[in-house]
Amino acid sequence: MKPAPFDYVRPQNLAEACAILSANEDARVIAGGQTLVPMLAMRLARPAVLVDVLRLPGLSGIRVEEGALVIGATTRQVEAERSPDVVRHLPLLAAALPWVGHPPTRNRGTVGGSLANADPSAEIPLVAVTLDAEIVTEDEGGMLAMSPDDFFIGPMLTAVPMGGLVTQVRFPIWQGGRIGVGFHEVSARRSDFAFVSAAAQVEVGADGACTRVALGIGGVGDRPVRLDVGSLIGMRIDETVLEEAVEAAAGGLDATSDLHASAEYRRRVARLLGARALADAYAEALAKEHG
Amino acid sequence: MKVALRINGTLREAEVEPRKTLLDTLRENFHLTGAHAGCEHGVCGACTVLVDGAPMRSCLMFAVQADGYEITTIEGLAPAPGELSVLQDAFCETHGLQCGFCTPGMILSSHALLEREGSPSRQEIVEAISGNICRCTGYGQIIEAVEFAAERLRKANAPRGSALPHVGAPGTEPSAQDDAAIEHGILEAATAHDGGPK
Ligand code: FES
Ligand code: FES
Repeated sequence: MKPAPFDYVRPQNLAEACAILSANEDARVIAGGQTLVPMLAMRLARPAVLVDVLRLPGLSGIRVEEGALVIGATTRQVEAERSPDVVRHLPLLAAALPWVGHPPTRNRGTVGGSLANADPSAEIPLVAVTLDAEIVTEDEGGMLAMSPDDFFIGPMLTAVPMGGLVTQVRFPIWQGGRIGVGFHEVSARRSDFAFVSAAAQVEVGADGACTRVALGIGGVGDRPVRLDVGSLIGMRIDETVLEEAVEAAAGGLDATSDLHASAEYRRRVARLLGARALADAYAEALAKEHG
Repeated sequence: MKVALRINGTLREAEVEPRKTLLDTLRENFHLTGAHAGCEHGVCGACTVLVDGAPMRSCLMFAVQADGYEITTIEGLAPAPGELSVLQDAFCETHGLQCGFCTPGMILSSHALLEREGSPSRQEIVEAISGNICRCTGYGQIIEAVEFAAERLRKANAPRGSALPHVGAPGTEPSAQDDAAIEHGILEAATAHDGGPK
């Protein structure tokens, strides 16, 4: 379990990082390294150069902007987990973060790193897909903002431009109404890779009917996906409408089979956890004070 | 590459390949073999060290990335040579270790928890050590060790004559403690803190 040799550079600023990345085809970005270093150790990745961006100025931090919570790429997962802004404005991410790895890996792993590595079972990409966050990359040509649908291509595969890196992610804040969230996951051991995960966010109106809804499923196919459960809007959600909506939405769900779980199992559990996450989200939203 | 690392309060230098993990550097260059090499790819937690006080896996960090941080290994936890910290002692008391392979990681993970939370719930303890695998002791006695250490530390910090705080706090078993054991706990904790009887 020793990585193959590589060169290590720690650029002083973003421009320098982009220049090194675009000059070396075999260069790879490292930040927290909690996904990359195991891959290096198993020699699944053999970059010639590691470009350490963890201490680049301006790439870390959490701030609230008009309608969005912006998280810098090198923000540690633990910082996001403990951030009052995340808890207040992005409850779905707050619910998902405790499922990301273990406390020691969250102490070093970054939010942007989780997105850039695009593990199909990773929780932060799932939340980004569910809420349709905007993922911002930068290379020598400038900044680029992408929707998660364009960003995530397949397992460990993203649309980050050659010679570029993820710099921030902008999660939309659902303002105004009563909001609830639900997050569920099935894995072999707590905090191990998810076979299936489900994230849901629901907004309800004064009459208790659903006014806005988002549902995402991770771990099932080669990347996280958003399911269209728009049929729930305007409804008071009960078990029957929920099952019907999820059933209809999850019909064409792509699923992979592996040693741990068959595609059929993953699809079945996805429907179940999807419904459960939505039910939790709806109940939580209803329980909130009118405001 | 040349690296200068601050380990257990001392600045130490070494010449390492970029691919050398902090774990291997601690063990081979600095002979701090308390950081154990288990899986070497981030699964077991045996290599846990504290980086600026937060537990991290030293096998998932390269030495060249580790400059500028305060690194604490298990060797840096004892108050003085030949002594044990309250938490280390609690692991002995409750039989929280058998082979000891996971123990440095378990202790550093729970040490970081006790630094920020004086009365952790059982759930918080479980969460704190959830990234550390033990293959022989079983987790029950490890959790008990952390609860016991937390209790001793609380009592050691309580002003003399005041009611003992937090007895019966979540996860502790008040009935399991008699007064003699409580006294004993205070004495030992105080001893460990003062660096020995005067
Ligand atoms: S040796 Fe580092 S986690 Fe196993
Ligand atoms: S004491 Fe042997 S592995 Fe935990």
